[in-house]
Amino acid sequence: MSNQEPINTFSSRIAVLPEANIDTDQIIPARFLTTTTKAGLGDVAFNDWRYNADGSKKADFILNTIDASEHRVLVGGDNFGCGSSREHAPWALTDFGFKAVISTNIADIFKSNSLKNGLLPIVVTPEIHEKLLKNPQQRVTIDLEANSLTLEDGTVFTFAIEAFARQCLLEGVDAMGWILNRLPSIESYEQKTGKAA
Amino acid sequence: MSSTPKSLFEKVWERHIVEDESADRPAVLYIDLHLVHEVTSPQAFSELEARGLKVRRPDRTFATLDHSIPTLGPDAEGNRPYFTPQAKAQVETLERNTAAHGVKLFGWGSENRGVVHVIGPEMGLTQPGYTVVCGDSHTSTHGAFGCIAFGIGTSEVGHVLATQCLAQRKPKTMRITVNGELKPGVSGKDVALAIIQRLGFGGGTGYALEYTGPVIEALDMEGRMTVCNLSIEAGARCGMIAPDQKTVEWLRGRAYVPADYDAAAAEWLKLKTDDGAVFDDEIVIDGSVIEPMATWGTTPDQGGAISKGVPVASNENEVKALNYMGLHGGDSRSVAKVDVVFIGSCTNGRLADLRAAADILRGRKVAEGVRMLVVPGSEQVRIDAVAEGLDKVFTDAGAEWRLPGCSMCIAMNGDFVAPGQLAVSTSNRNFEGRQGPGSRTVLASPATAAASAIAGHVVDPRDYLQSA
Repeated sequence: MSNQEPINTFSSRIAVLPEANIDTDQIIPARFLTTTTKAGLGDVAFNDWRYNADGSKKADFILNTIDASEHRVLVGGDNFGCGSSREHAPWALTDFGFKAVISTNIADIFKSNSLKNGLLPIVVTPEIHEKLLKNPQQRVTIDLEANSLTLEDGTVFTFAIEAFARQCLLEGVDAMGWILNRLPSIESYEQKTGKAA
Repeated sequence: MSSTPKSLFEKVWERHIVEDESADRPAVLYIDLHLVHEVTSPQAFSELEARGLKVRRPDRTFATLDHSIPTLGPDAEGNRPYFTPQAKAQVETLERNTAAHGVKLFGWGSENRGVVHVIGPEMGLTQPGYTVVCGDSHTSTHGAFGCIAFGIGTSEVGHVLATQCLAQRKPKTMRITVNGELKPGVSGKDVALAIIQRLGFGGGTGYALEYTGPVIEALDMEGRMTVCNLSIEAGARCGMIAPDQKTVEWLRGRAYVPADYDAAAAEWLKLKTDDGAVFDDEIVIDGSVIEPMATWGTTPDQGGAISKGVPVASNENEVKALNYMGLHGGDSRSVAKVDVVFIGSCTNGRLADLRAAADILRGRKVAEGVRMLVVPGSEQVRIDAVAEGLDKVFTDAGAEWRLPGCSMCIAMNGDFVAPGQLAVSTSNRNFEGRQGPGSRTVLASPATAAASAIAGHVVDPRDYLQSA
């Protein structure tokens, strides 16, 4: 059983939100967290940036101007995904259609949550980031097998990704299944440390 | 025994390693205490049920209701004023899930219900040397007791429910030493905001922090919890403080502490960073120059001494932030009128916080046009505050006194700041819209919030201190 489809290589146009410190309250405001499922959260991704108070769409906001099936890579400003631990943030972004998020810094918990939901967090240098921001219409190619991000101008950037998370994404490994397989070690640890029930 | 000096973090981390990490595998880390609330757990329980699993260690799992619950009481028929039917359904889901899995829920009717990071320490569930997780980023609070405590997402909530373990890479370590002595009227919240300003929002990403030095040692446990609580606002994974005699006395007699308390306490007191331990990064702060702080922007690092007024923007982010806040660089903090004052949350909703606010408000009135909401962090805090007459101080001043919950900190239960309104809040995040769509938030200490409620604008609380 797998939590998500394997990721390997894909090309996509980018969607750019250049603001720094895009926090999880922007990605999905807290008042939408009373759901008990993961479904349909793409509709409220960036809700307060995306809709007017009367519910109408803000015509110039990027998520209202793109075709989600064509724009699978979100480029954010520095320190993307800061704030709360809500996994609803990557749920909302993947439900909208994103498969990768790029920034110069991505917050720890958001990064961890993204990796568990088939949303690839890619941290780039300020130079690469600037190239992305300068040409916000561009198409990029992400190759997880090669850890590479290729820009439209041919620049190839090799990104770092935690080895196990990468394997999970490449092979669709089920993280819950993996940790369940550790149960013999867990039981022995509990015995050894006097923590058994 | 290796003679390599170790940090507090490393000592606690190593005790919880079930399987070591390697180049291609994270460590398997054992979790001593898992705290659960209604908002980030339903999908995790669904995952367990889909796989036919039960909660593996219900004796290490405790749940409460805090995030989405109303802070007003039930009507004559006993109906609680939930903000939405979905919020009610979410609470009922947790009630059902905890019952099905044999997990203790401090729910409606429990005298121990409250904000998850208030009740953990309060009941002695949180103990020095523990690993503590919760589907909430402010889990770092429990680090004040010498725990490795961090927030996790819902997938990981599922992993811990099913196995009591998490796959984790060891973070880098940073020591933050706060030297000197705080000036009178300066609190743990001011220290935390000064640290975040120094580190920068995101400056702690990838790090476990240890706070140390004379200022941290001099803080009471509530002040230490406030400092650790805000670790995540610098982006840090967790923040911790070595247990000392103050920690031991604070926990003594609490419901869930070990029966042989003195033996346990003797072990706890050994948990400290060795001389010569190496950190990946170190910063030193002079605590004697910290003044009462308030934020002026839309990230927690965008703050400064109240006396210094609103700064002139030095970059595009600051221009945008000031614009959102409706503040003007160079103005005194007395220019912008405050609409709402909120006292509460996992950051500052404890008895010591309510006392600090009440000491300023006693015999005074909230300014005309200011709405003030005081929300105790737990039922125990509420009961103790009422016993001391603090509720009366607040209501006499014109504030609303509510039932425990996260309330206006996260604004998902109907306790909102209206669009465009300016709130002074003792909570932890001043993000755009955090306290409701279009809301503007100034983060400050309980004393500053109370003084600002009286003045009707942000003020230095030292001008409002009253002799007891």
